[in-house]
Order: sequence, then C-alpha cells, then structure tokens
Amino acid sequence: MSASSKPKIALYWCASCGGCEETVVDLAEDILGVVAAVDIVLWPVAMDFKYKSIEAMPDESITATLLNGAIRSTEQEEMARLLRRKSQFLIAYGSCAVSGGIPGLANQFPREQILKFNYEDAPTLGNGGPKTRPQLKFAEAGREVSLPELHNVVRSLDQVVEVDYYVPGCPPTPNLTKAAVTALLEGKLPPKGSVLAPDIALCDECPRKKSKPTNVSFTEFKRPHQLLADPELCFLAQGVICMGPATRSGCGSQCTTGNMPCTGCFGPTSRVRDQGLKIMSSVCANVAPKEEGDIDKVLTGIPDPIGTFYRYGLAKSMLRRKVNLPANGK
Amino acid sequence: MVKLVINGKEITTEKENTVLEVARAAGIDIPTLCSHESLAPYGSCRFCIVEVAQKGRTRMQTSCTLPVAEGMEVKTHSERVMKIRKILVELMLARCPESEVLRDMAREIGVPHCRFERVRGQKSLCHTCQACTLVEQMPMHAPDTVPATIVGRSGCILCGMCVRLCDDVMKIGALGFEGRGLRRRVTTPFREPSEFCITCGACSSICPTGAIELLRVRPQEPLPIPAEFELGLANRKPIHLPFPQAVPRVPVIDPATCVNFMTGGCKVCEDNCQVQAIDHTQQDKIQEIDVGSVIVATGFKTFDPKRTPYYGYGVFPNVYTALEVERLVNASGPTGGEVILRDGRAPKSIGIIHCVGSRDNKTNRWCSRVCCMYSLKLAHLLKEHTEAELYNFYIDMRTPGKSYDEFYGKLLEEGVQFIRGRVGEVTDWAMTPDEEGKLVIRVEDTLAGFVRRIPVDMVVLSTGLEPQADAQDVRRLFNMSCGSEGFFLERHPKLAPVNTFTDGVFLAGCCQGPRDIPDTVAQAGAAAAEAMVLIDRGYIEQEPNTAYILEEECSGCKSCIALCPYTAIAFDEAKQKAVINEALCKGCGTCVASCPSGSIAQRLFEDDEVFSEIKGVLAYE
Amino acid sequence: MSKEWKPRIVAFFCNWCTYTAADLAGVSRMKYAANTRVIRLMCSGRVDPQFVLDALSRGADGVLIGGCHPGDCHYVEGNYKMLRRFQMLKRMLKDMGIEDERVRLEWISAAEGEKVKRVINEMVGQVQKLGPLGIPQKFEDWDKEMEHFAEQVAEKDAAAGCVCAAQEKPALATA
Repeated sequence: MSASSKPKIALYWCASCGGCEETVVDLAEDILGVVAAVDIVLWPVAMDFKYKSIEAMPDESITATLLNGAIRSTEQEEMARLLRRKSQFLIAYGSCAVSGGIPGLANQFPREQILKFNYEDAPTLGNGGPKTRPQLKFAEAGREVSLPELHNVVRSLDQVVEVDYYVPGCPPTPNLTKAAVTALLEGKLPPKGSVLAPDIALCDECPRKKSKPTNVSFTEFKRPHQLLADPELCFLAQGVICMGPATRSGCGSQCTTGNMPCTGCFGPTSRVRDQGLKIMSSVCANVAPKEEGDIDKVLTGIPDPIGTFYRYGLAKSMLRRKVNLPANGK
Repeated sequence: MVKLVINGKEITTEKENTVLEVARAAGIDIPTLCSHESLAPYGSCRFCIVEVAQKGRTRMQTSCTLPVAEGMEVKTHSERVMKIRKILVELMLARCPESEVLRDMAREIGVPHCRFERVRGQKSLCHTCQACTLVEQMPMHAPDTVPATIVGRSGCILCGMCVRLCDDVMKIGALGFEGRGLRRRVTTPFREPSEFCITCGACSSICPTGAIELLRVRPQEPLPIPAEFELGLANRKPIHLPFPQAVPRVPVIDPATCVNFMTGGCKVCEDNCQVQAIDHTQQDKIQEIDVGSVIVATGFKTFDPKRTPYYGYGVFPNVYTALEVERLVNASGPTGGEVILRDGRAPKSIGIIHCVGSRDNKTNRWCSRVCCMYSLKLAHLLKEHTEAELYNFYIDMRTPGKSYDEFYGKLLEEGVQFIRGRVGEVTDWAMTPDEEGKLVIRVEDTLAGFVRRIPVDMVVLSTGLEPQADAQDVRRLFNMSCGSEGFFLERHPKLAPVNTFTDGVFLAGCCQGPRDIPDTVAQAGAAAAEAMVLIDRGYIEQEPNTAYILEEECSGCKSCIALCPYTAIAFDEAKQKAVINEALCKGCGTCVASCPSGSIAQRLFEDDEVFSEIKGVLAYE
Repeated sequence: MSKEWKPRIVAFFCNWCTYTAADLAGVSRMKYAANTRVIRLMCSGRVDPQFVLDALSRGADGVLIGGCHPGDCHYVEGNYKMLRRFQMLKRMLKDMGIEDERVRLEWISAAEGEKVKRVINEMVGQVQKLGPLGIPQKFEDWDKEMEHFAEQVAEKDAAAGCVCAAQEKPALATA
C-alpha cells in the first residue's frame, strides 16, 4: 500500500444500529482534525474499501481499528478475526462491542425462534406465499454464493478476539471518542485492557445527585412512561429505575439531563463483575416491605428485569445466555 | 424605717406596709374577713378595726387600709375595739347565721348569741337543726327568708372578696355589686347566668360565709381536674404537688388549666409564696447535650383493661385496676387509706383477678412477672384494711423470688381463698338473691372441676405490663431492635442482657421486659457499670471485619446510607461521598453487597476473597 | 472422568445463625449429604448476587443461602435485604432458564442443627433429580460454533493462498 506516514485507522461495524458510526460524525469540526491526521483504510458506512484490500495488508499494519457492534454472525466473526490480525490496537467501540449491547438480549431466545419470528411469524411481514428463509449456500449457473450464518450466541468482541481497549456507550459520546483517538495518536495509552471512561459511577456527575435523599425506600416502581418525571429530582427517588449508580460516568449525564433515567450503556465500573446483578442488589436492598408477598408486589413494577438490568450487557453477564438453550439449534 | 408601737410592743418596719401586715408579721393576730394576700385592701368587713393614737388624737381605723406612720400607737384588742367587733359579729350573724367562720369568730370573741332580728323584720324561727348546739340559743331562720341574691345560700356579708377576686385577680369580672343600702347584693350582670364565668371556683373558695353557689353563677358542672397520680380517683388543682415522693418535691403548674394562662390574671399562688419561687413566665427549653452513652430506661405502661371488656372495667363502677387499689390502700391516697367502693360502702367481699392482659392469646401473650406478687400483696393489705372475704383467681402462682413463696403460704394461712382458673367474665346479672347488687365473677375452678359464680362487692383487675405507647418511636431514635412483643431487644439474653446491638446504648428496667424492683435495680446497676466502662477505658475494642469506602471510586449515589442499621454510613456533604464511621460499623457487609459500583469493601471478606473461595470449593469434583 | 455425577452445592451461611447451626449439626454427629461446600459470611446481607451466579457459572449445581430468621438478624435487618434481593434473583434466574430448586434461601437459627440436616438433604435430593447444571460445559459447547468456524476460515485461507500470518486461536474472554 502507500508509504504514507500517517497512522492507518479502520472502522468497522458488526451487529449494530449505525449509531456508533454517527457518533464519529458527531465529532463535528473535530472530525476534520482526525481525518487529516490519519489514513482511513476501512469504513463501510462512509468509504468504499473492500475486504480484499484489508486481507492483503501486512499483519499489524493498521494502527487501530475501532470495531463497533456485537459479534453474532460468521461474517462478523471473520472480520473481527481479520481486523485483529491486521491491527496493532483493536478497540471495542460502543456497548455492543464492549458487552454485546442491545443485540445481546437475543441471548434469551434460541436462534430458531428468532429466525422463525423474523422470517415467518412477524405481523408486518408482507412476503405473501410460502415462508422463505435465507439460504446459507445457493448455487446457480455453476457458481456458489454463500450468506453469513447467524450464530446461536451473541458475543462481545472480547469473547471472540483479544481486545486492547474499550470505549463504552450507546453510542460513545463525542468527548470519549475524541479522547480515545487523541490518546491513540499521541501514544499516551493506559494499560492494555482498560476501559477508556472514568471508573466512577454516573451519580458523580449527575445534576440530580444534589436532590437525591439519603433514605430512598421503594414502595413501588414506575417505568418512565408511567409518570411525568420531575426534571430535577433523582429518578430513584421518584420510583423509576435508573442504572446510574451502577454505570460509569463520562457521558455528561445526557440522559438524566434530558429527563430520562440512565439505562446503563457505559457499563459497570472495573470493580464489578456483573452490572445487572449489582444494580439489582442495590435497588432491592432498599425495597421497603419485609414480607415476601409485599416484596413481590413492589417488584411487579419491574416487569422485565433482564431487559432492564442487562439492557447492554447480557452477553458479558455471568451467565451470558439463557442456560437451557441449545448450543446449536437448527 | 418607721417605728411604731403595737400593743405596747415596739416594732420597726422598713417597707411601706399597712398596720395589719406589720402586726401579723410581728405575730399579733388581728381578725379579718374581707382581707386576702392577693386582694388590695378594701375595708368592708371592719373586723380589723384598731385603736390608733397618733399625734395626740385617738381614732378607730381599719388596720387593713391604714399605712404605718412614725410614732403610731396601736391597740388591737382594747375594750373599745372588742366592743365594736362583738357588734360586728352579731350584725353579720344576723345575715348569715349558718356561717361557720362567723360562728367561730363569735366564739372567739365571746358573743353567745345574736340579739338582732333578721333583715326585713322577719320573726326568728328555730327549726331545730343541730347547728345551734355550737352556740347557745342561736335563732335560726328558714332558708326562704334569706336575702335573695343570685349567689348565696346562707347569706352574703357583702365583703366584696368574690367581686374583687373575679375582677382584679382572675381578670374575668363575672360578678359585681348591684344596688344600694338594704338592696345591695352581689350578682352577675342582669342577674343572668354568666357566660364569662370560667368555673375556676375562686369566688366560692374565698367566700368567708360559704354564700356562693357556683351553679347559680354558671349553670354548668365545672370539669374536675383528675389527679394523674390518683388515677382519677381524686381531683387536683392546676398547681399541685404531683405526689408526695416527687423528685424534686416542688409543686408544678399545669398550663392547660391554670387561670393565669387563660386570662393573664390570678397568680394568687405567687402572692402567697413567701420565697418568690413561682414564675409563670417560664418557657420550655430544648437543650442539646452531647453524650457518649445512653441508658434507655423508659419503663412500661399498664395494660388498659378496656381491652378486656368482659371484666367490666369502665362499665361497672366497682371494678378497679390493681393500681387504683394501691391508691385506695395508701394512707396518702384519695380516701386516706380507707378501702371504700364508689358509693362509699366498705366492701365485704373482694375478688382479685390475675393475668388481665397477660398470658392471653387475645391480648398479650407474655407473663408480666410481677402481677402474682402484687396481687398477693394487695390481698394481704385488703384483708388487713377491710376484713372482707378475699378471692384470688389465678392460672399459676408465680412466686419465684426470695421469701416470695413463703409469703404466698402466709396468705393461705390468713384465709385468702385461691381459685385456680382464668375468669371468664364479671357480670351484674344476678341469678340468685345472693347475687343481687353484687358483681358476679364467673370462673371455671379447674382444681374442683366445675364452673363457679362468685358474688363479690369489689373486683380488682391485676393488669399486666406492656411496652410504652411510644416504644417504637423511641427505639428507632436509638436504632434498637425490639422483640415481637415490643419490648426492647438486648444483645444477648444470657451474655449481654443490658447491651443493645448499638454500642453505647444500654437498657435498664421494664422497657426491656417485665420485671420487679429488685431485678430492675440490679439491671440498672449493670447498665451503669457498662456505661462507665466505656467512659473509663478511653478506647473501644472492635472486630476487624469492618467495611470501608473506596473514597476515590465512590460516586456519592447515596444508595448505601439508609442500609446501615447502626447508622455507620453517613453522607459527607463537603466531599459529596459516603463515609463510614469505623467505630460504629459492626461488619455485616450488607452495604458491600449493595454498592452498585463496587466502591465499598469489607476487611476479611473482600469480594475477591469470596470469589477465590468459590473458585476453590468448586475446583474439585 | 466417567465418575457418576454428584451434585455440588455451594452454601453461603451467615456466621451467627446458620453457620453455628451447621456447627451444631456437626457436633451432634448428625449425618447428612456431603455435597455442600460452605462459605462463611458474617451476615446473609453480605451475599452479593454476583457470588450466587459466579458459583453457578463455575459449575455449582445449586446454591444454598442460610441466614437468621426474620426479626432475629444479628445485624438487625441484613436478612431482610437478602430476602428482597432474593425475590428478584429468583425471577431473573427463572428468566435465564435455571430451575427454581437450584437456588434456595433458608432461615436457620443457631439452635436448628436438625434443620440444616433436613434442608441440605432435601436440596441435594432435588438437585440430584434435576441433574447437573453444568454451565462451564455449556460455555464450552456454545463456543464450539466458533471453533467450527475458525476451521472453515483456515481452510478458506489455505485455498486462497493468503500471505497472512498463522491463524490465531480465538481468544475467549472468561467471565
């Protein structure tokens, strides 16, 4: 390839929504500085490079790859491995890459159920006629084409390849991205394996902390749409689950400032092994009643604990996946 | 400084007193009717007349209105003075022959009978009541010829004390004078029942002749103020000594009923106090005192027998609680130690029911520990005071202390009857002539094996002990636990009976559970010793497994603050983080498990240590 | 390795009540199933749900939590906090496919050595019937789909004559 002295950067998306791509654009003017300083060799959403060109590069010739999205198909796995080989630093960018993200919630269901729903049972399907599933291989006119296969298990990036750094967030905020890229370019990187976000919970920077009482005791839980939330009072004090106490800060409390509770996208602090269990432990310890029946009644206000507590981190939770699902369903 | 002579005695006085005050201060008694410490001198009754010689002139003056002057010579009981006084007594007796005060005066002065006829020229009529045995041939008048006043039964001598008291002192002014001459009388405006009268009773208590009927002033029964210590069996005044053994032994004023708090007036008590010890302007003060240890000795309350309505308390007048009977037998109690029923009769048979509100699934399940002994004591005292037939209805006889069972034996010998059975009900429904007018106790005599009906005059309920009504609030204040009955919980029933789970807070007495006086005193000594150990030693020993905050990592989410039962975690407003007081932390680890960002750790039980243990125990098959 | 499977149960006992009761059971020479591995904590309130799931994900077939009776907690209310967490934990475990009988909370006071014996015997019997949970094995089985794929990629690369360096084994991050 060209003997450019500028460091090479690759951005790739796996099982993602595209939000992490947009957040790079959210750097606004700063993006020009980035673009000027680096050589982007892969960025499917914005640029027209081919896989072959990556495959042809020497190993570790890409300085850094920002890979977003969870790994749940054979193509994504292939690219993750490819980019790992070709990159000096592989950075898991965004909650999906860091911990499986929202796609990780699919680990509650068998693959077959997901395919069936999406290709056969969904009410919005307008295929008409016989229900068709995508074929993995198809031969026509002497050529065989293949499609990636959906894995049974949704994985975070580091459950597939070794990851150097993690930039959390759904999506990571521009300040975090800028800091990560700057650190990369300046060579001032923390120890390998670090999460590039403050290791202290969101409450530290949340403007609602001042109004939070020290004796919050839950007699009921409400979901955000069930009340007109007071824009200044701590959400937990209003009976709304906020993941803030169990989530890293660094995002500027955008959600709580926007009158929505934190949903935990920056992931847990380094001292916690399972974010969902820790927030559950904290919230439930403060539930008011003492009798089983009364406790259960209060807890009905959390109708979907897995979805609430593990919204971004089910793939990295201690169980990773619903345990009675098949290892390899059809 | 004024020098004067009274009855030949030289007296010097500094203050500007009246002759009456100076004479009384010197121990010379001058009789008065219309004078009172709280009232300004009025000079209406004229009893205090003295012979005064001043500057060569002698005259008769009322000593209550006469200020002392240098060189005065006063004779309080000269012949002239006595003659005047005798006539005054006779004149007043003519108006109020039944007045005890006037009769006493008459006797003292030496007036054998009243020579004057009644006002309005009515003939004297004796209606042979016993009263005239005090004074010979005292003519009596029939009540309906008594001068009509709105106040007055036996006759008002128009001393004006009631009017002056009500107006100047009590600041109500419900009474006043009306009319002149023979028609002068004390009455309410337009002689209508007064709506301003506060039924304080000052007028009727100060009236020297007993002429005031309070109901005629205000036709409404005054509300008695029940004495708390006498359990409502007697009344008290707004200013009262709570009970003879009160500490400190000084009277207190009840601001809810004291007239001064109502009208700004009265303060008669202050006027009478020789050492100016009364201060109506005292305010409640809240004091904050920093202490290192607390002994909670908040006591108990007695079971309210209205919760067992089948025993008839509050329904039948002669059903008493044991505490009420304690007051009855007490020599300083409302009846002076006489055990009498509400209608004044002496009871001939008394039933004492044990376990009222104790050992009962319907009310309190526990045994109140002291009731058997006090019931036996009451049985003994009642036997002594009344010679009545005594019955004790018990479930078990609990007499565990020193000489307690021997006392029980003594009672058996005294002839007290013991019936083993929980009383079913107390009723006034008589089924036989014997039971008429009595309270019938229905009980199964389990030793004899049949149900009995025992008629008695008086029923005594041995009420049990309960936690105080505000026990829950008190225990939360000190972060104490309580048992299922509501008594405060000790740290360990055998090894730490006076400690609570919170260091520095100790328990003594019945707040922890029912116990009698010797046990309470012993426990109080133990609690005091424990508290002293803390103070004396200068350091505390602590288990090392305390929790600690990772200060840099703590986000100040405040989720842990309320979790600690020992209030060891506080929120530091300056740092905006949680802080743990190591001295208070007991090392349970609840906060550690609850911290959502893993920012609290526990010594000896770190997360990593436990995870290693888990790994270790699963490392083999 | 073809030994007959025996349930492995990790027990978290609170120091003051349940652990003492287990001691008492021992001192009283009571015989009961030997499948429980006891970890002592000061209070059942210290039981972090992470401990429970860590035990399960490392191969425990069941987890038993023992604490003081409600109202009797040595630390006043730690057991209530455990209870509240436990009620939610049960729901989450159910949603994640773990049978109800595998995680159990019992109130055992210091004098109830007999109850320790009964509860453990009961639980071991129930877990025995359910069979092994075997989560480490499941993790392995799930990740086989990646091994399979890695082989495919190696074949493809060999066919394409790629100058890439030797294919690396996938790095699995452990929980």
